[in-house]
Amino acid sequence: MLEPEEKKKLRFTFEGRELEAFEDEVISSALIAAGIKIFSHHKKDGSPQGIFCANGQCAQCTVVADGLPVKACVTKVKEGMKVAALNGLPKMPRTVCVQELGRVEEIETDALIVGGGPSGLAAAAELGKLNIPTLIIDDKHKLGGKLVLQTHKFFGSVEDCFAGTRGIDIADKLEDRLKAYPSVKVWTNAVCAAVFSDKRAGVVYNGVYYLIKPRAFISATGAREKTLAFAGNTLPGVYGAGAFQTLVNRDLVRPSKNLFIAGGGNVGLIAAYHALQAGIKVAGLIEALDHCGGYKVHLDKIKRLGVPVYTRHTVVSANGKNGVESVTMAQVDADFKPVKGTEKTFAADTLLVAVGLNSVSEFHDQATAFGMNAFVCGDAEEIAEASAAMFSGRITAHKVLKSLGVMTGPVPQFWFERLQTLKSRPGITQERAVTDKDKAVYPVLHCRQEIPCDPCATVCPKKSIKIPKNDMMAVPKFEGECIGCFKCLLICPGLAVTIVDKRKDRQLPTVALPFEIGRGLVKKGDSVKLTDCEGAELGDAQVVDVKDFKAENTLIVIAKTTAAAADKAAGLKLYKAQNPQTAGGDFSSMSDEVIICRCERVSLGEIRKAIRSGIRDLNQLKAVTRAGMGACGAKTCASLIAGIYKSEGVDLKEVTALSQRPLFAEVPLGTFSNIKCRTEEEEKASWSGF
Amino acid sequence: MSGNDYDVIIIGAGSVGVPLAMSLAERKLKTLVLEGGPSVGQGQNKCAIGGVRATHSDGAKIKACLRSLEIFSTWKEKRGDDIGWIRGGYAFPVYEEADEAVLKELLKIQLSFGLNIGWLAPDKMRVLLPGITEKELRGGTYAPDDGSASPLLAINAFYRRALVLGAEFRFKEPVTEIISGNGMVTGVVTALGRYRARWVVNAAGADAAEVSDMAGVKVPVNPDCHEAGITEPVERFFEPMVVDIRPGDKSKNYYFYQNSEGQIVFCLTPRPPIWGKDTRSTSQFLPEVSKRMTALMPNLANIKVRRTWRGLYPMTPDGFPIVDFPAALKGYALAVGMCGQGFMLGPGLGEAIAAHIAGKPSADDKEILAGFRLERNFSGQEKLK
Repeated sequence: MLEPEEKKKLRFTFEGRELEAFEDEVISSALIAAGIKIFSHHKKDGSPQGIFCANGQCAQCTVVADGLPVKACVTKVKEGMKVAALNGLPKMPRTVCVQELGRVEEIETDALIVGGGPSGLAAAAELGKLNIPTLIIDDKHKLGGKLVLQTHKFFGSVEDCFAGTRGIDIADKLEDRLKAYPSVKVWTNAVCAAVFSDKRAGVVYNGVYYLIKPRAFISATGAREKTLAFAGNTLPGVYGAGAFQTLVNRDLVRPSKNLFIAGGGNVGLIAAYHALQAGIKVAGLIEALDHCGGYKVHLDKIKRLGVPVYTRHTVVSANGKNGVESVTMAQVDADFKPVKGTEKTFAADTLLVAVGLNSVSEFHDQATAFGMNAFVCGDAEEIAEASAAMFSGRITAHKVLKSLGVMTGPVPQFWFERLQTLKSRPGITQERAVTDKDKAVYPVLHCRQEIPCDPCATVCPKKSIKIPKNDMMAVPKFEGECIGCFKCLLICPGLAVTIVDKRKDRQLPTVALPFEIGRGLVKKGDSVKLTDCEGAELGDAQVVDVKDFKAENTLIVIAKTTAAAADKAAGLKLYKAQNPQTAGGDFSSMSDEVIICRCERVSLGEIRKAIRSGIRDLNQLKAVTRAGMGACGAKTCASLIAGIYKSEGVDLKEVTALSQRPLFAEVPLGTFSNIKCRTEEEEKASWSGF
Repeated sequence: MSGNDYDVIIIGAGSVGVPLAMSLAERKLKTLVLEGGPSVGQGQNKCAIGGVRATHSDGAKIKACLRSLEIFSTWKEKRGDDIGWIRGGYAFPVYEEADEAVLKELLKIQLSFGLNIGWLAPDKMRVLLPGITEKELRGGTYAPDDGSASPLLAINAFYRRALVLGAEFRFKEPVTEIISGNGMVTGVVTALGRYRARWVVNAAGADAAEVSDMAGVKVPVNPDCHEAGITEPVERFFEPMVVDIRPGDKSKNYYFYQNSEGQIVFCLTPRPPIWGKDTRSTSQFLPEVSKRMTALMPNLANIKVRRTWRGLYPMTPDGFPIVDFPAALKGYALAVGMCGQGFMLGPGLGEAIAAHIAGKPSADDKEILAGFRLERNFSGQEKLK
């Protein structure tokens, strides 16, 4: 549903091949748009490397741009840039001249907020209201954090957190709001590289190094994706749902034709939906538990469109030589181990791993250890929805104010209540509501699971949709009059409201269905397959109208059908499910060759051997195996290694944690003294005009 | 001997204690290492950057380090495990007349000990260190037989070997008391038990003075801080450990090399010294070391720093270790005050100490220990620390 803006095009080369990129596009997205999935080959074993986190956290997407090794996912393409694969170790270009040694400026501020996502932006606004000197930094080129990846409408409540508005638009609103507060300074493209014991944070802002001395240090650093260990887990084409959303929703690149998803939480379910919106087929989605943990409305959305969802299944292997060609899944037993003989293999070029998030806690941990006046909010504190993160940011800002001795009223009690509600896991699922068949026009509320969301009730002009004020978790009830205005249908983030209209024909009424998959797919006069809320087919129906609500970026498909079907209809089935092969795959997910540390390519076998030799100190494990010693700083493998200890029967209480040390991100040595120098390549480029 | 009876108890599983345990176990002495940390090398060993050189100014140190060099350089072929050894040499590039004079004076002593070291003219130094700043470069010394190894891999290799030879290790078990009577050590106490031994060796690194107090023997060891870091790996572009002995604004010397993985490992000596045991990183280090290293080798400007840390040099007043069997307390041995050179001295000292304890020291072993007596006036100064 996203319309690409008209953007200037740039030319660059990859391995000598001429390619185009849009202005401001990062290298990884430009390469993937050109169909290039292998960026490099690993120094240790030559294995192909592609994109993984797409978030500047790992270094798997490293390429050589104009002679320098860079992370492709955070480096913008420049006109004429020469990009090369990194095969083995990078060769450093000669620096021909050092023009000057700079100095490092030290900046004092009342508050430093690291992370410009929903919680950081909310905290900044609260501090800005009281004119507190605040610096908010973010390592991306744009504020909003993960909001900028979210094309779906948000849950929560309209008055508090923009429910019903798409995430990308919320990011803009929050950013705009900061403009009203002159005491808040915003640095984008600013990486917090370290915090130090002398209570300063080292920040690289547009390539210049600063030391920031804040009176309060606020970590609004969000979360990172967990990963899984299975055969083929490092093949290009295996990556996180966040990486996928970055490519598809931020950079408008279609990285896949046929996708498979592991993980039935909100992240996986939403990624599946975003894929369908981007015209990507979803071969299947699996979940190891009995049921998907994400909101039922998200699950139902993808089921209605024809995505097969398999619970109690896990990934056995991603198969292919230089990239994913197929994915094999299997049922799991009571211990979540794959059961032999139950394998099924799906053709897929991409496997998204969406098995949950971990807090990015190292900033807060280190700041706390160094005795800074440290605070944490949003996902960095506890994983929850963005709506909860905004409250968490506001509440944290008040704690900051108190610590700074700023007089302010007490934090409204309802903020805490809202935060608790918004953090709630989904509750019970109720029976289908009985519809008001006698009315001429009425909404059908397919939303039956208790979740923290209320925009339908807020938006109804007749106040006929009821959710108790003090219980946002309650499922909505329709009581009263409906004028068929579509407002509830358009705002519902779960696409769980339809409107049955019997005003023209009681026997063959129309049903209005929200539709976000793309313009032009369904037209007036088409015959479509209706499904019920959970995807069961209800037979064919004829489309009598398609309305395009540009402001909401939503279509409404109006179909004529029987009265019984109209009450049940909730979506259109668009795709046929793929028939998997009942064999294949590399049934060695528990085998010794599976890679655990991707940076240094340390295998499960090597780690098991070390554990079995008695190593109970992760620092020693790292010294002996190199697991966790790579560019990402153990951000990816740490939780996998904890899992291996558990599976080896070791109590994690016996295991000594890794020491945390600066830096949080790799920074060129010369940057720390703001040295100005030119490489030989830059020198050549500057002379090329002669 | 009962279960808790040992020939030797070593306090500290670090750069000195672990290779010493290996040497003792090789001599069939029943050895126990007690360590407060969770595993081997978790004190200052893992903060060492890995340089190993014999090119010192003092006979005892030279002899000990030649032994260490022999152990490091032949380890892989003898024992099979890779400890990251590189025979990359040590280079001291010189830009100032006074420094040239100091190093050339030292060179005479080093040559008199038969060490393989010489003076390189500026053009030779530029070949050895491609991209080194040429302006005012006067040349420098180069010792090709010195090298480096990974402290992390080496200590774990020594540890595994010590285990195979029968040494015992207990971690997370700091010694709380050294038992003695009638001028003789008889054992130690920890929170988990009492252990008897004929010998107790203090190899407690930065904690050596406190540990020695338990034995009632004062040792002048005071740690100061040095900060270090490591970069991403890049294709090899120079071989030696590079030592710049000039002082900077907030530092004395600094040194760096490219390890077996291709990473640049570097370390800086703060000026004035920072005494104490605070090993938390400060914001001062990176700007200072960046300024100095990129001024010397501008090619380093674009290499990304991956991690930094701060380690301790257990210093003695004269910059020489204390390795001795104090006459006041029979059975008590000191292997302390390594002044930041525990990693390179450890294996060589370990052999010499083990030979003394086993009762069969060679002339060489005797000479090594003779240089590091506790009873000395500490008024001398190591020429180049």
